[in-house]
Amino acid sequence: MTARPAAIVLAVAGALLLAALLFPIYWMVVASLMPESRLFESRSLLPTAVTFEHYRALFDERDFLVPIRNSLIVSGLTTIVAVPVAALCAYSLARLRMRGKSLLLAFVLAVSMFPQISIVPPLYLILRELRLLNTYPGLVLPYLTFSMPLAIWLLTGFFRQLPRDLEEAAMLDGATRMRTLRDVVLPLAAPGVASTAILTFLYCWNEFLFALSFTLGPDRYTVPVAIMLFRGRYQVPWGEVLAATVLATIPVALLVLACQRRIVAGLTVGATKG
Amino acid sequence: MAAITLTGLSKTYPNGHVAVRPLDLRIEDGEFLVMVGPSGCGKSTLLRLIAGLETPTGGRIVVGDVDVTAHPPQRRDLAMVFQSYALYPHMSVRENLAYGLKVRRTDAATIARQIGSVAEALDIEELLDRRPAQLSGGQRQRVALGRAIVRKANAFLLDEPLSNLDPSLRAQARAELRRLHRLLGTTVVYVTHDQEEAMTLSGRIAVMRDGALEQVAPPLEIYATPANTFVARFIGAPPMNLLPAAVAGIDAPAGAVAGIRPHDVRVGTEGARRATVDLVEPRGPDCVLHLHLDGSNTPLLAVVSSAAPPAIGAVVFVTLPPDRLHVFDQRDGSRLGAHT
Repeated sequence: MTARPAAIVLAVAGALLLAALLFPIYWMVVASLMPESRLFESRSLLPTAVTFEHYRALFDERDFLVPIRNSLIVSGLTTIVAVPVAALCAYSLARLRMRGKSLLLAFVLAVSMFPQISIVPPLYLILRELRLLNTYPGLVLPYLTFSMPLAIWLLTGFFRQLPRDLEEAAMLDGATRMRTLRDVVLPLAAPGVASTAILTFLYCWNEFLFALSFTLGPDRYTVPVAIMLFRGRYQVPWGEVLAATVLATIPVALLVLACQRRIVAGLTVGATKG
Repeated sequence: MAAITLTGLSKTYPNGHVAVRPLDLRIEDGEFLVMVGPSGCGKSTLLRLIAGLETPTGGRIVVGDVDVTAHPPQRRDLAMVFQSYALYPHMSVRENLAYGLKVRRTDAATIARQIGSVAEALDIEELLDRRPAQLSGGQRQRVALGRAIVRKANAFLLDEPLSNLDPSLRAQARAELRRLHRLLGTTVVYVTHDQEEAMTLSGRIAVMRDGALEQVAPPLEIYATPANTFVARFIGAPPMNLLPAAVAGIDAPAGAVAGIRPHDVRVGTEGARRATVDLVEPRGPDCVLHLHLDGSNTPLLAVVSSAAPPAIGAVVFVTLPPDRLHVFDQRDGSRLGAHT
């Protein structure tokens, strides 16, 4: 019976934490459904009136599908390029014998530590010379420089945890390093690869500063930039901002739910003796 | 199938640890060689050097007529069974067996045929569609073995393949291994730390210590004429007794050590030496007696029938038959010969 009070305390703490995390999301949804006029009047936690006016305005007046499409393209492209390249890099760092490996890993980490703002001007000049301003590659390339270090670090950690025996068995079976990576390492590291892909996607989805600096017009704005630019000279359309954030959250939530099964599945169970 | 020749092969790790001292060894085509030694003696490293999983510091490895020293494991065409079995967890048993063949671009019909015959030989036909996680330890061990033999490789390298099995399964698996070896006739290099496994399985035993080969010989020869005190005590259980020559009552050159196997010590109600029983370990068919000879503190092990073992503390008489004594040099432990 001694464990009982501790369990209750833990459950209460967990519930409080969950409530604290979920409340902003709940409020975001509720507020996005309330008429603008009621937004700052009521103190009620429940919606006092429901309207889809804000959502309608997003598509009828603001063409919010364009930034969503832009964000999906930029985040998707970055993820598709970053994860395979990072996987190759991480596998070499995790397994191959080479000099200066830890130095290289430290360097990779250091790259991601630059304050983002400090590299905006040079990147702007480079992109302008390459005529990549206001293009998708003009965002994907800078995103790669910031998302790859994270992806490399995560994947190196996942690859190192895999039993080495399996790769050695594959090599004795005749598989080359690349084939071993494809047939044995990646399937076993699938949960790690999926998490890395999600984090990379999220990073690009939420990124604001580069997107603001390197896009020039509504045709290339990503979701965060578009939402920020909702604000007019005299007022902020909070209802539409909140409706837009709800819409921006949905693809991410779907992505995480889709990958969750892979992450949870303990694929390496029974790999070696057990 | 091929012979494996190691010439001056050595391995020193970058941190200075010497795992394998320069050694020469020829493993004949079709031979079953067991490398045995205490943990850390370098036997697994030697196996990994042959497999190509470690790079030697010096020396050459020849498989058949091909110098494979610089070849990666993929090009050596050797098959290995790992201590952990290392089955691919995301593939079915069938895919595990097929993988090596698929990588080597074997056609589907041949793969199916070979898997069929291996599955039959190892009695794993009904497991082919399961995943490794759904198999028992003994079944995993058989699948790992199957994955090695399905490919008809130059030689099989086995790294303590039975050490994760229950003792009851182990004896069965040992018999199975011998049967398979007779059937296939492929060269086998087998690493174990278990001297009993080495004795029962091998055509020849290679005893290793501290990265060096101490003796390479057929099991009974090693048992009968161990090359030094280390081999004498490592092979055979319980280990050989080592006594100062004077205590054993033989005239030998100064600085000699006498050795006698516990089974050769005769214990009875009359004999040359009085001894006291310190401990009795029944083993079923026989008992191990821990004795000490009166007038000396030298411990002595003896194996007697379990029909009527003496009690702890009893005084018995022991005889050390002179023709059963081995004589070793005290300084380097090397064999000086049998006592005559």
